[in-house]
Amino acid sequence: MAEITLPKLNLSDAPAAPAINAPTLIEINQVSLYYGASKALKNISVNLGEKIVTAFIGPSGCGKSTLLRCINRMNDLIDNVRIEGSMKVAGQDIYAKDVDVIELRKRIGMVFQKSNPFPKSIYENIAYGLRLHGMKKKSELDEHIEQSLRGAAIWDEVKDRLHTSALGLSGGQQQRICIARAIAIKPEIILMDEPASALDPLATARIEELILELKKNFTIVIVTHNMQQAARISDYTAFFYIGELIEFDTTTKIFTNPAKKQTEDYVTGRFG
Amino acid sequence: MENHFELGLEALRQKLLLMASRSETAVNESVQALMQRNHDLALRVKADDDIIDQFEIEIDEMAIQLLTKAPLASNLRLVTVAMKISQNLERIGDEATKIAKRAHDLAQEPPVKITLELPHMAELSLAMVKDALDSFVHRDPVAARTIIPRDKEVDALNKHIHQLLAQHMMENPDTIARCLNWIVASKSLERIADHAKNIAEEVVYLCEAQDIRHTLKNS
Repeated sequence: MAEITLPKLNLSDAPAAPAINAPTLIEINQVSLYYGASKALKNISVNLGEKIVTAFIGPSGCGKSTLLRCINRMNDLIDNVRIEGSMKVAGQDIYAKDVDVIELRKRIGMVFQKSNPFPKSIYENIAYGLRLHGMKKKSELDEHIEQSLRGAAIWDEVKDRLHTSALGLSGGQQQRICIARAIAIKPEIILMDEPASALDPLATARIEELILELKKNFTIVIVTHNMQQAARISDYTAFFYIGELIEFDTTTKIFTNPAKKQTEDYVTGRFG
Repeated sequence: MENHFELGLEALRQKLLLMASRSETAVNESVQALMQRNHDLALRVKADDDIIDQFEIEIDEMAIQLLTKAPLASNLRLVTVAMKISQNLERIGDEATKIAKRAHDLAQEPPVKITLELPHMAELSLAMVKDALDSFVHRDPVAARTIIPRDKEVDALNKHIHQLLAQHMMENPDTIARCLNWIVASKSLERIADHAKNIAEEVVYLCEAQDIRHTLKNS
């Protein structure tokens, strides 16, 4: 009788859930933020990894957008705001007195809920930041603009109309122009404040695909009200409630087995 | 006030419990038919298998509808576990049907003169099924974990019964056909215990979000 030898199955070779082992890029230590006398963020401490997507979730008013805006000091623009604690990016205290905020925001780009392209051509939208940072040569600008638009997965849709107004694009396209504008100046971090909440499902899917591509080169922190979106695109998730960080863990853990009851109640839709 | 999603989850749970009750009854009755040489009862178990199959399809449909609403955390675990438990219950129903078929055939023939520990094995398998389902109802992972090692005892009994029947067949070749029926029935009881163990593992996942399948600890 012929002997059949089956290959030995080594269980240690079986694929395991990918471990996320990203070095820390953003260190948030005991950060509190006050709007006047009202404490909007309460002693937040969390480290966010490099070149991964971290999602901030929580009900309205929980402080997630406020914390996001702390990371590139956007809250500086609001009167009567006071921040305590420390926040470091790549080891540098971003609230130190000698920090050039303009330079900081070059390193940390931002994309908002509502797309906000300049009322200029698609080309000029991207060229603006590049020129501001000293790029003058047309061939160099052309190359960077194409690269940025490709990076934002919109090149093919706009390459034949680069000199028409960006405002003539659809909402989803405008948002990708804003992402192209943000990545043109090669930031380390991109902050996204509900970037797809005003978009239809197809445009949302494109933005989500783009985010997954962008994390190869950028660190992304995203605020979202859409938990399924957080589940689809983020590696880590932080859940906030009334100014407090309730739980921070891998997204898989948060959405399958959160440690805290408040998180469980929120993600299962029992409150919020 | 419970929301629509929670009502849907509760309906899924209730349907699963109905299915569990059907499967448990099928096993009980098939064993009874085998031991008591009850031809009619065996036929009824065979006929009722379609109902259990239908439950599996309905539970899958309900679970898929709930999944389109993108449940998370314990809700997500309940939906996925319900699908897996229903699959195990359907297989338990199939094994009960196999036992019933063998019971039907054996009831037509004179009994084999051999003492087997099959009633004890049936008792153990049935208790495992019942306890696994109770652990699901009470969401009791501690009770579920205690079920898992009990499968070893059933495996050993099956092996022992198999050896006895093999020996008997060698010594009494005229009983081969009947002994083979007993071997199949014993194997089905052993598989029923395996499915009870699978259900217990799913209950642990449901309650603790820990996947303990195929781990050395529970083997």
